[in-house]
Amino acid sequence: MADSSRVLPGFSLSLGYTIFYLSALVLIPLGALVLKTAQISPDELWKIITDPIVVSAYKLTFSASFYAAAINAVFGLILAWTLVRYSFPGRRFFDALIDFPFALPTAVAGLTYANLYLKDGWIGGLGPNIVGGVNWLSSSLGGGQLISTTALDWLTFPFTGQTSGIVAVLIFVSLPFVVRSIQPVLQEWDPEFETAARSLGADRFTIFRRVIFPEIFPAWFSGFGAAFARSIGEYGSVIFIAANIPGKSQIAPLQIVTKLDDFQYAAASAIGVVLLIVSLLLLFVINSIERFSRRHERAA
Amino acid sequence: MAGVLASKAPPGAIAARPAATESALGRRILIGITVAFLTLFILIPLINVFHQAFAKGLDGYLAVFFPPEPDPNAVLNYSQKRRLAEAATQATRTWHSIGLTVAVASIVIPLNVIFGLAAAWATTKFEFRGRTLLTVLIDLPFSVSPVVAGLVFVLLLGRNGIFGDWATQLVWPDIFSLRWVGFGESFWPLAFERTHTGIIFTPLAIVIATIFVTFPFVARSLAPLMANLGPDEETAALSLGASGWRTFFKITLPNVKWALLYGVILTLTRAFGEFGAVSVVSGHIDVNDTMPLRIEKLWNEYNNQAAFSVASVLTFLALVSLVAKIAIEWKTTNEAKR
Repeated sequence: MADSSRVLPGFSLSLGYTIFYLSALVLIPLGALVLKTAQISPDELWKIITDPIVVSAYKLTFSASFYAAAINAVFGLILAWTLVRYSFPGRRFFDALIDFPFALPTAVAGLTYANLYLKDGWIGGLGPNIVGGVNWLSSSLGGGQLISTTALDWLTFPFTGQTSGIVAVLIFVSLPFVVRSIQPVLQEWDPEFETAARSLGADRFTIFRRVIFPEIFPAWFSGFGAAFARSIGEYGSVIFIAANIPGKSQIAPLQIVTKLDDFQYAAASAIGVVLLIVSLLLLFVINSIERFSRRHERAA
Repeated sequence: MAGVLASKAPPGAIAARPAATESALGRRILIGITVAFLTLFILIPLINVFHQAFAKGLDGYLAVFFPPEPDPNAVLNYSQKRRLAEAATQATRTWHSIGLTVAVASIVIPLNVIFGLAAAWATTKFEFRGRTLLTVLIDLPFSVSPVVAGLVFVLLLGRNGIFGDWATQLVWPDIFSLRWVGFGESFWPLAFERTHTGIIFTPLAIVIATIFVTFPFVARSLAPLMANLGPDEETAALSLGASGWRTFFKITLPNVKWALLYGVILTLTRAFGEFGAVSVVSGHIDVNDTMPLRIEKLWNEYNNQAAFSVASVLTFLALVSLVAKIAIEWKTTNEAKR
């Protein structure tokens, strides 16, 4: 608060403009959402958010997001570990690929995932595709049909229209959050600690569990939280791959859009407020963990 | 989420660390999992976009954007004529969506750059009460679902909205209808031929929703760097008699130019690719389609190859932005070394 820090000009101009722009485009619109929801009577609000179709949409959103974030938490840790600690051909390339989900429009992600996991897509019909490829190769070498055409029919992933498809595309969308939050911590990690632990007789697993994991835990958990929060709000990619049947395979954001299309503004805002509260809670938890670990570090 | 973007370490800035504890076998297994996971979840979907876009060859790809011109002498039957007319309509819509997307991005980017510079200046060069709260509020749009971002503007500006009475009566000019009318009527030779009424379900709503979702990017990429640099250089320039604006343009802006460019690239990619928020405020009207909305319509019409052709343009842009990001990081680490 010292006035000596205000020798630079433009404080009131920049702060005033920031607050004006922020209020006009973010705070007042979000306030409108809260105000619209506050106008609904408590009974009606309860009726809207406990409607079976809405409840099943929430269930689908939260469970699919949780599975995606959990899978990313496991594989994201492995990915960050490998990309930071090992050198292998193509490491830079694969590291750059991690940012691709940030850059790719969600609609394109949904489109290509929906297509891949169709019955005749690359992954959706993986078994038949492999059989076709092998037989084509062997017949062009003059060997004829090598595998029976139905041999690998069990190896299919027709995820388009399934919950597993939603999880798959959410894994794509939220992968960078986990990897990119662990990577800096692993990069700053001093291998001396591992050497010390090993000289004291700890085995590899103990070193990871007792020495390395506590160090990366805050970053890992906040990465998980960010991935979860992102998946809950995700809309563009999911509606391409989901079957979008009300009460069965509609995610919560799609319920908002459906209600808006029916001009049920009150219902849409009630569902939206619940989503907003959940993401703000997650944001709060992530921030507290980060702040706690920073304070912890400074104390150490 | 925002923290992830800001704290991102440049890839490859530090060489791979020698692994101290793992066996060669364990290392190989982990590398195998990494490569397999990234191939399955990122590389294959990426290649699939281009594979599907070129499913009908280069001609089929180009036909999405440049429909075949009928030979004027050829005698065509009804269904052939219909197919040609249909292809021409689809291509016109696609081009319109590209034009709209570019127009929206070119309005949003300058606005967010000015805001980002002001916000970063206010929050990093000064100490004041509520500064932390302000930075949290600037990041708020990152944690709001895109659909909710669209919804808030419908509730604010739509019919029965809080400012609905004013917003639905608002008349504003269509920037695509700017025409040269000469000096006959007034001293200003340009005029708009068309106007829009209302905000929601018009391109103006798309601009507003896009500003909301791209809101924090520029401020976010500038703030850490400007906080690191501190106010010393600016103070020195001021003490030597430079004016405030001169200090800003000669000292601050050159110092942060790469971070600013990075913020612009993030804003651009998001503005081009935003789907949820834009979808809600566009009202599914054809003339309000941006490229992502156009992709959805083509997919719903079972026009797979055309959807992927439009998607391939956006994918190409995403790849360019990734390369630009790596180049900027390489540039800044090199400058830091010097």
